[in-house]
Amino acid sequence: MRHLLLCLAAALASAAMAQSRPDMARLDYDLRPRQIAERTWVLEGAVEDFSRANGCNIINTAFIATGAGVVVVNTGPSRLYGEQQRRAIERTTREPVVRVLSLNLHPDYFFGNQAWADRPTQALQGSVNGMQAEGRAYADNLYRLCGDWMKGTESTPSRESVEPGVMQIGGHRLELRRLHGHTSDDLVLIDHTTGVLYAGGLVFANRVPTTPHADFDAWQASLVKLSQWMAEHRLRQVVPSHGPLHSGQGGLDQTRDWLRWLDDHMRASAERGLDLSEVLRLPVPERFQGWAAQPAELHRSITQWYPRYEQQVLGGAAARR
Amino acid sequence: MTHDNSRRLLLGAALGAASSPLWAAVDHTGGDPLGSMQWPGLRKQYLGDAPMRFTKDVLVSGPAFADDAMNVPLLVDARALSGTGGGVARIQVVVDRNPVREVLEFEPLKALPMLAFRIRMEQASPVRALVQTRDGAWHVGSTWVQAAGGGCTVPGATRADGSWSRTLNQVQARFFNNVLEGSRRLRVRVMHPMDTGLVAGVPAFYIEQLQLVDGAGAPWWRLALHEPVSENPLITLELPPQNGGGFRLLGRDNNGNRIDAEVSA
Repeated sequence: MRHLLLCLAAALASAAMAQSRPDMARLDYDLRPRQIAERTWVLEGAVEDFSRANGCNIINTAFIATGAGVVVVNTGPSRLYGEQQRRAIERTTREPVVRVLSLNLHPDYFFGNQAWADRPTQALQGSVNGMQAEGRAYADNLYRLCGDWMKGTESTPSRESVEPGVMQIGGHRLELRRLHGHTSDDLVLIDHTTGVLYAGGLVFANRVPTTPHADFDAWQASLVKLSQWMAEHRLRQVVPSHGPLHSGQGGLDQTRDWLRWLDDHMRASAERGLDLSEVLRLPVPERFQGWAAQPAELHRSITQWYPRYEQQVLGGAAARR
Repeated sequence: MTHDNSRRLLLGAALGAASSPLWAAVDHTGGDPLGSMQWPGLRKQYLGDAPMRFTKDVLVSGPAFADDAMNVPLLVDARALSGTGGGVARIQVVVDRNPVREVLEFEPLKALPMLAFRIRMEQASPVRALVQTRDGAWHVGSTWVQAAGGGCTVPGATRADGSWSRTLNQVQARFFNNVLEGSRRLRVRVMHPMDTGLVAGVPAFYIEQLQLVDGAGAPWWRLALHEPVSENPLITLELPPQNGGGFRLLGRDNNGNRIDAEVSA
């Protein structure tokens, strides 16, 4: 475990060196493609919670120049991000973009889609439905949190649905798989050619996982599968949507550890008879204290999910008189 | 007076104001530690001319940010006043900037002077507990709750899907021992849509009164609720450890529907 943590810390440190410095006056995300494998680059978001200072850019997006066109993974939190992402890609490769994938329905996975109106924007059908249903509420929330960075952004759901399967694009054998648990449709991209796993929202590293659409049991089961796939296909690098890129299972283990703790913590607290107000004030174990988005993300999770645990321990209706 | 003169005079007044302690003493918040302009009006409405003080003896705990504006958890604890002014007679909770400012009034009777519950908030606001001791004096505790808001003007889940009518006024209750040492906690939920009346086409519909009575019919605590209390209120109270024998939860909503359920120990 200690070794894993060290790996993550090292990954975090190297990420910090390439860390972009968003410029609020010019609304410039300062996106810097970092090459992580052959013909493969990532644009790393801040390992933080949404804020105006980071431009609400807390997501890792990526692109693969396959030799037969570029595949883009996730389009960021705003129209401006999408535009700057597109320019960054065009500075890096001359290949045209042939596919733009969003790995789930959350806003920073697809709010840059406006910049890709002339390209196939794709997601799992369930994600597309979710984007259509929730896009406007996401926009309200992000405008409130991020201010001017959101200028001109309108929720633009992916236009095409994708099915899981293997595709050969240029020199890359890419595979799409569907899992669920972080949301009801979590798209995972495996690049068998480079051994990179694009884990989307299923894996968080050094950052409190977000849980607005979570199914905790399904999520745990999906993490087990991801772990097996990593071993089976010798996947070397993990690109989580939030948190530093890393090799090995450190992020998977962290996410598993957190979800298990959170579930146990809420169940035990409900059984003791604690109120939500009290649970929000309980300390978290030391191993989680340094994570990004602490305690705001923890509070969001508890506020949303604890009432269900309370309901379970209250039991059935009392006899009426 | 020429225009120039009046400008000079205004400037002089402004400069004078900046340096004058008299001006600095003008306080439109009535001494409110949270600096809320609503406080003087709230004080006049709820406390009249009765003596009052702001105090840390009344703890009001809310979330730093109301992640769910329809379910903002609050915990009020006035146990520190148990030895003051004959002890706590009542606790009144108000929210400065809610469209309906009254949240609830609580008479602890045999319960400890503390309770936890959830409310709807329409915007960020100070939240107050006005606590009256038996000598008539008021002791006020406050906290700021930041919120994106909107919690009072959207229908609750059971109103939105229509399921409220199947569970109306059902009660769930459970005791928990020793959450606080030597005390017995009661958590009680009453199923009710608690409509604020601020959603188009849905009139205000809320529980007005709740009380816990023992086998002999004596009340152990009383609550008056108002519109901002969250849908399906879940209230947490602290009772003495002995059993009252045959507890019942009694109450009614503003449409006259009765609440009457056994609360087994």
